[in-house]
Amino acid sequence: MKPGWLIREFRAQPLRLDPPLVGLLAVLMAFGLVVLYSAGDADAGLVWRQAVRLGLGVAVMIAASQIPPAMYRRWSIWVYLAGLALLVAALFIGVGRGASRWLDVGLFRFQPSEIMKIAVPLMLASWLYRKPLPPRLLDVAVCIAFLAAPMVLIALQPDLGTAMLVAAGGGMVLFLSGIRWRWLLLALGAVAAAAPLLWGVLHDYQRNRILTFVNPESDPLGQGWNIIQSKIAVGSGGLTGRGWLDSTQSRLEFLPEPHTDFILSVLAEEFGFIGVTVLFVLYALIMLRAIWLAAQARDTFGRMLGASLVFLFFVYLLVNAGMVSGAMPVVGVPLPLISYGGTSAATLLAGFGIIMGLYSRRKMLKA
Amino acid sequence: MILATDSDGLRDSSRRETVNRRLWLMAATMLAVLAALLGRFGQLQLGDHAAYEARAENNRIRLRAIAPNRGLILDRDGRVLAENRPAYRLVMVPERVPDIDAALAQVDELVGLTAAEREQFRLQLLRTRRFQPVTIKTDLDEEQVAALALERHRLDGLEIEPYLTRYYPHGEALAHAVGYVARLDEADLRRLDAGNYRATTHTGKTGIERQYEHVLHGTTGVERVETNAQGRTIRVLERTDPVPGRDLRLTLDLDLQLTAIAALGEHPGAVVVVEVGTGAIRALVSKPGFDPNRFVQGISHEHYRALLESPYRPLFNRFLSGGYEPGSTIKPFIALAGLEAGAITPATRIFSSGRYKLPGHAREYRDWRRGGHGWVDLKSALEQSVNIYFYDLAHNLGIDRISRELALFGFGQPTGIDLPGEFDGVLPSRNWKRRTLNQPWFPGETVITGIGQGFIVVTPLQLAQAVATLAGRGRVAPPRLVELEPPARRVAHSDEAWEAVYAGMHAVVHGSRGTARAIAGQLPVEIAGKTGTSQVFGRPDDNLEIDAEELPWFLRSHALFIAFAPYEDPRLAIAVVAEHGGGGSSVAAPVAARVLARALADEAADDPAVAASETAPGVQR
Repeated sequence: MKPGWLIREFRAQPLRLDPPLVGLLAVLMAFGLVVLYSAGDADAGLVWRQAVRLGLGVAVMIAASQIPPAMYRRWSIWVYLAGLALLVAALFIGVGRGASRWLDVGLFRFQPSEIMKIAVPLMLASWLYRKPLPPRLLDVAVCIAFLAAPMVLIALQPDLGTAMLVAAGGGMVLFLSGIRWRWLLLALGAVAAAAPLLWGVLHDYQRNRILTFVNPESDPLGQGWNIIQSKIAVGSGGLTGRGWLDSTQSRLEFLPEPHTDFILSVLAEEFGFIGVTVLFVLYALIMLRAIWLAAQARDTFGRMLGASLVFLFFVYLLVNAGMVSGAMPVVGVPLPLISYGGTSAATLLAGFGIIMGLYSRRKMLKA
Repeated sequence: MILATDSDGLRDSSRRETVNRRLWLMAATMLAVLAALLGRFGQLQLGDHAAYEARAENNRIRLRAIAPNRGLILDRDGRVLAENRPAYRLVMVPERVPDIDAALAQVDELVGLTAAEREQFRLQLLRTRRFQPVTIKTDLDEEQVAALALERHRLDGLEIEPYLTRYYPHGEALAHAVGYVARLDEADLRRLDAGNYRATTHTGKTGIERQYEHVLHGTTGVERVETNAQGRTIRVLERTDPVPGRDLRLTLDLDLQLTAIAALGEHPGAVVVVEVGTGAIRALVSKPGFDPNRFVQGISHEHYRALLESPYRPLFNRFLSGGYEPGSTIKPFIALAGLEAGAITPATRIFSSGRYKLPGHAREYRDWRRGGHGWVDLKSALEQSVNIYFYDLAHNLGIDRISRELALFGFGQPTGIDLPGEFDGVLPSRNWKRRTLNQPWFPGETVITGIGQGFIVVTPLQLAQAVATLAGRGRVAPPRLVELEPPARRVAHSDEAWEAVYAGMHAVVHGSRGTARAIAGQLPVEIAGKTGTSQVFGRPDDNLEIDAEELPWFLRSHALFIAFAPYEDPRLAIAVVAEHGGGGSSVAAPVAARVLARALADEAADDPAVAASETAPGVQR
């Protein structure tokens, strides 16, 4: 591609966005800001700051949609390697509370692990794109190596939640490539067998989280507090909820971090089961639309990449909603596009940008 | 790299098939998981909603108890015996104090802190949330309040807080009757309704304060408050005001009480004045007393030890728990038993030679006057307290009859006074001795029981009740301070028997040879009485002559006196014990005379009809 490609891209189609998906995302983010106003104790400033972050995320999404797929494919290995290098750097010069997750680059801080959430699927999709599918054992092994390297580095930080998200995105690429079921089962069996070993490697706080997930009432004032209080918030919401701004669990500070990881508890308490259902339907529509877009992509690279990015989005939702409802252990994963914070929103919106970019180029290249 | 083509060729279509199959499988799985997750929310929000709703309420709603004001204790005329006095205490809100030790040092410098106060503060600090006040020092005086107020700007997080504290304006005069309140402890909470005491700091420990705790305390109020996760109150949702305790009006007459204390002079002892017929207690003295206010604030170890170690035993409640030999004050009751049994008549005469021996026994029992009193009838025997008359009478009656008669007058049993901790005394009998000492009864023991010696032990309260019963011709009314109980039963004797004993007791004071004739001049009306002496130590040999004045003070006998007045229409009964007073006639009788004179003078000053309606004792309001 010669210089000037971006101008040509823009001339071909000024904005490579999918109106239905953008519309759904806008509704979701607006809903999120409304809930955030309540969860953040009616702090308009907080909502404003989050709106700015989401705006930046949307800008990233638009930018990501303009880049042609071939470009992603070509640059995937360099993005991946750069991400690995930054991860190594984070281990040595990283900052953060009890974990070296953040890199301070003067103007702002960012988490290199965040790049990997997209870079790993990208790397795997572009690698498998050139291979026969379903992949041969050797290719699978190479992919697992690509997957394992960042996972280990992230787990060392330690940041189990992010490592899991990276694994989910990358693993989904492998799954989509048509990897044989028996290998899949074998791999799952291996993970299960390794679980006791993994238990020994876990940090105490990580073990505690799992133990208190199994029985939160065993430690109602310590680790179990979060789960118990969140379940109380969700359960007390009932069918219709207490109403906006009336979450007593969050207002009276029973809920931990009501505006970030536990914002869904506030939503569930204030808007009840109806509110949760609306939210889930919104999420389902977004994911279905995105999957449909990904399925239209010109080639297997696009389909695998697009679908695995939707899956990443899904795992965010699953882990967060599972934690809030006490169905899964407490892992610090935000509710996608709703929790306060800009990093994950930017990553997820970039993913949707890529998906829309892939979709917008299907006909043009077919022709 | 041959396979790497961008075209949509046939070879790629199988790849596309593979990927798309998996892709829609993923989508379906995701939807299924999402539905399951929604189901989970449905379970929490619809299925278990009620349970979680309740837990959310429990989370945010706290009940905060509000202590009721304690009822006052008043005397029969409405004078305050126990009140709630506003006081000031210094409290600290720990979260607002950066350096607690430094703050304490500052307070110590300004108003002084004892080791006990520091310890109490430390203990409370551990048990209290950081934003709730912890008491540093209670009952600050004006100077201390002023000193702290001046330095307020330097004392962040410290506050001077008003509160109500129990105060006994008459201090030790009523310490044993009214009792005192002190800090609530674990044992109290087991005894009381803990729910009603959630905000209460003090409870009645002795006396009326203990007995009528349920009346005085009141009902704790409650506030439903919304609290946050730290327990801090956000707002009050609902409030039920506490119901203050009810005031108690006692039958006690403060003036009479103070008169009795003054009349006892230097002697430790007890004075009980009871209304004949009703049992209403007009005066109830145990001397020495102690300052009950010290117990309210939390008595220091030194003060408490001083009270415990004092030879005068100020903490000992003499009228209620003090056991004394009744001595000759028992004689009127022995006489009644004799008259009832027909062992004597009022005219029966006995010769007192000064010495008495049981047939076949060597032991000699003596009269208090050497050489005896000559021929005496019942009246003279009571008037002069002739021992030999009662030795003989007791011997003739036997211990069983004596015991039965004395039991009728309430000896050996609790009187039923509305105070906790009453001592039953000892009423000896054959059965009693076998049961407690596992020994047979000896005839000599009956003889000395006739003059109130030996095993028999009575409390001043029992003595007063017995005199009141006697004066009321047998109507037994339990002595009470608040809620009077109607006479429950009657000791039945012939009028002749009553009159004979009354005449003897009248002669004790007004007869020419009466043992208490010295007080006759001090009385506005005629009364009936009986002196008594209670030995503190048994003489090894009855023949040993001991001059009482030569004995060390603490070995001297106790002086006793019982009386009722006026003689013609008995309204008051009194029992006086002056410890180590020597003789009943010289020490105890004048005390009784002074108290009765005062009581009768007060009665004369008031219109009796009006007084009766106005001074009805009991629970007020």
